[in-house]
Amino acid sequence: MKFAVIVFPGSNCDLDMYHAVKDELGEEAEYVWHDSKDLSSYDGILLPGGFSYGDYLRCGAIAQFSGVMDEVRKAAEAGKPVLGICNGFQILTEAGLLPGVLLRNKNLKFMCRTVGLKVENNNTLFTNEYEQGQEIQIPIAHGEGNYYCDDATYTHLKENNQIVFTYADDFNGSRNNIAGIINDRGNVLGMMPHPERAVSDLIGGKDGLALFRSIVKQWREAHVSHA
Amino acid sequence: MSVMLEPNAAQIKEQKIYQQMGLSDAEFAMVEEILGRTPNYTETGLFSVMWSEHCSYKNSKPVLAKFPTKGERVLQGPGEGAGIVDIGDGQAVVFKMESHNHPSAIEPYQGAATGVGGIIRDVFSMGARPIALLNSLRFGELTTPRVKYLFEEVVAGIAGYGNCIGIPTVGGEVQFDESYDGNPLVNAMCVGLINHEDIQKGIAKGTGNPVMYVGAKTGRDGIHGATFASEELTDGSDKNRPAVQVGDPFMEKLLLEACLELIKSDALIGIQDMGAAGLTSSSAEMASKAGSGIEMDLDHIPQRETGMTAYEMMLSESQERMLIVVQAGREPEIVELFEKYGLDAVTVGTVTDDSTLRLKHKGEIVAEVPVDALAEDAPVYHKPSAVPAYFTEFQQLDNVEPKVSDYNETLTALLKQPTIASKEWVYDQYDHQVRTSTVVSPGSDAAVVRVRGTNKGLAMTTDCNSRYIYLDPETGGKIAVAEAARNVVVSGAKPLAITDCLNFGNPEKPEIFWQLEKAADGMSEACTILDSPVIGGNVSLYNETNGTAIYPTPTIGMVGLVEDLSHVTTQDAKKQGDLVYLIGESFTEFGGSELQKMVEGRIFGKAPAIDLTVEAKRQQEILSAIQQGLIASAHDVAEGGVAVALAEKTFGKGLGMDVTLSGSATTALFSESQSRFVMTVSPEKAAQFEEIVSDAKKIGQVTGDNLVINGEDGTAWVNDSVATLRSAWKGAIPCLLKSEA
Repeated sequence: MKFAVIVFPGSNCDLDMYHAVKDELGEEAEYVWHDSKDLSSYDGILLPGGFSYGDYLRCGAIAQFSGVMDEVRKAAEAGKPVLGICNGFQILTEAGLLPGVLLRNKNLKFMCRTVGLKVENNNTLFTNEYEQGQEIQIPIAHGEGNYYCDDATYTHLKENNQIVFTYADDFNGSRNNIAGIINDRGNVLGMMPHPERAVSDLIGGKDGLALFRSIVKQWREAHVSHA
Repeated sequence: MSVMLEPNAAQIKEQKIYQQMGLSDAEFAMVEEILGRTPNYTETGLFSVMWSEHCSYKNSKPVLAKFPTKGERVLQGPGEGAGIVDIGDGQAVVFKMESHNHPSAIEPYQGAATGVGGIIRDVFSMGARPIALLNSLRFGELTTPRVKYLFEEVVAGIAGYGNCIGIPTVGGEVQFDESYDGNPLVNAMCVGLINHEDIQKGIAKGTGNPVMYVGAKTGRDGIHGATFASEELTDGSDKNRPAVQVGDPFMEKLLLEACLELIKSDALIGIQDMGAAGLTSSSAEMASKAGSGIEMDLDHIPQRETGMTAYEMMLSESQERMLIVVQAGREPEIVELFEKYGLDAVTVGTVTDDSTLRLKHKGEIVAEVPVDALAEDAPVYHKPSAVPAYFTEFQQLDNVEPKVSDYNETLTALLKQPTIASKEWVYDQYDHQVRTSTVVSPGSDAAVVRVRGTNKGLAMTTDCNSRYIYLDPETGGKIAVAEAARNVVVSGAKPLAITDCLNFGNPEKPEIFWQLEKAADGMSEACTILDSPVIGGNVSLYNETNGTAIYPTPTIGMVGLVEDLSHVTTQDAKKQGDLVYLIGESFTEFGGSELQKMVEGRIFGKAPAIDLTVEAKRQQEILSAIQQGLIASAHDVAEGGVAVALAEKTFGKGLGMDVTLSGSATTALFSESQSRFVMTVSPEKAAQFEEIVSDAKKIGQVTGDNLVINGEDGTAWVNDSVATLRSAWKGAIPCLLKSEA
């Protein structure tokens, strides 16, 4: 399976995403510069963390107008897996591919630590390798990870099982402890925690690896059945 | 906007305008002699910044000459953007530490942020990929709103810059003492990795080659920053706020990626950061190092503001800029490379063969100065030195124990001292994991970062106990280097080299210059005996507020090599039943200790003694035992003594300990004698461990929930739950920040 790691000016977790896929998952990955006009050769799209365009104006607000985003939308419409982590999640909400918005953490400070996450829905292409309700340890590193959406959106997310991960404890003020959500169709996941930082015991745990393995497993099955 | 008329040469001389720029009468006379005429306004500005202490080290050069700077592995010593040390396999580590004290005192967020930005540029201007950041911070006591504000904003500034640019902040230290009330210290260190063939130099070679300006545009910020950094702070220092630069980490991220792409091009000849003294220092130094000259047309300088004068452009310290020299004819590909990142790359001048920095502006020559005069020929002063009265008095005092009644309570109180207390509040704000190579995160003795693609790692730390240095600069200087080495060794690494920031008061006072000289003597001896040369650093003098100096603070930044990642060791006790060992004797040494400060409210007496031969032997034995896989956890004994070191070992995994110490309780628990370590070892490895680490003494074992420290007669000096002790230690700084002053 071949992943595109989108690089916006100011992305800084692109390297981590790339190595997680190449070295730990053993799949193909390529960096794709933000002005690329063609993502058709990739099977999965990864939007990494960082500070795209310096997070000026609002985090993710400028990146949504980047040339590559039309291609990301096309990939999402085609049903390809699209994963946005941290700044990638912020970009997906700004681009309208996921509902809601990420506000500043409730204590107004950047936070970097490993937190407990609960797998709320393991019936997605991103989480099929986890147990339903499993608690995993994943690092977070964000200043604007406080997820907010209105009541109607929350009800919709809840009823459609679109809330994929919640935090075990509230630390950033996110509505109902939401840490990660998928779109209606289930092929676009945005999450603030960094599974790509939890892929090896050497750097503090590998609870994030199953997320990437889930994507590959689903893709293999789909491609075997179509063959 | 209206443009102020610049004074002419005669006015500068008659009205002694050069004095406002920091030049003395004698220095101005030297400039006149060099030029054979009176300098104009722009030229006076060039000399004043290049001859400032910050750029020329005119007061500290004789002291810096004492440092050992050579070693088998040293590829680049002091003199370039950063020092370089070989780590094998064709790779090398590049690192440097620099101060940003004065800017941080008046504009803490931007002062700290641009300190980080500047040190990162120093590292990537060498061609290296920055892989980690550290810092060393000093503030006054956390009791006044001003100090709390400085602390919070400095931390936010460091976080804001490092997090955005995507380089993990993996370690550092913070200490609090009233001597830093008005003059906090902000020392930032950057560590990078490089392949030998990519090493760059800041040189302007090849007559006719173009000089190009890349990166952010030049504005009016930071004008005379280097001069401001070379003065004492006063109540009026607020007026210098315009001398503080403003940082843009997003711009620097682009510049970083563009420059690292640039170094792969054979068109590049030389590259240098526009740091202190901006365009002036980069152009003069690049030409001076190559024995060439540079001619620049300032009309081509990318400008952020209109109507900038030659003087303003040359002295601006706007951030995120580099000066490069490339092969003639290759400019278009350089322009294209930078365009990809949305950055300016503009030809602003040419390399010449006349050793002159010649500046044109609006069709006229506005400055014509020999490059060596700016870069090399600043006067060097051998300042008078005098032993301070306090030192003589303190040396005559006997070592005595501070009075302690309840040892358990005293330990809890020590754990809550901000210098000892958990710094989680600080490092939680730093992204310490980005680049996914951080093997040991902040909170242990040294941070460890893996070298991707190998099985090696780099251990790194910053250290300096300035109280010891104040009491006895020579001994304290030895201790600072030795303690940094202890941190690196207990983490499983062999020390490679150090960088330093020499933060002192006003060197024109003989007692301050004596502190500087003696501290450098002590550091040099320790560097030699512990085989860890000085490969770069900086000097920050004039750290005084309204005439009162900070404690002398020569901060050490050390990097060590972990030869195999399986050697990485942390301070946390790992397993119940493991044996606890103490290495080194405890003497009645409380001068400058945390206990003395807490109980007496001041520090006095002698600093703890150190025997560097014993230190070196113990470090070698411990490293050898770690490399043979015999040690489960290792920690050095520092502020607060053995009791605090043992408590810190219990916090990570929440395991307890039951140990017995000999001698007087206060000394056994809280003395700050040097060259001591506490280790845990699994019972089956004990015999082998004891054979290698000759001074190791078994004192007890790792247990369940409580930390129990007994005297030899069986009295329980300390018996408390680890959870209680940990919550005191963890909560202290957040609690102080919340409390009303």
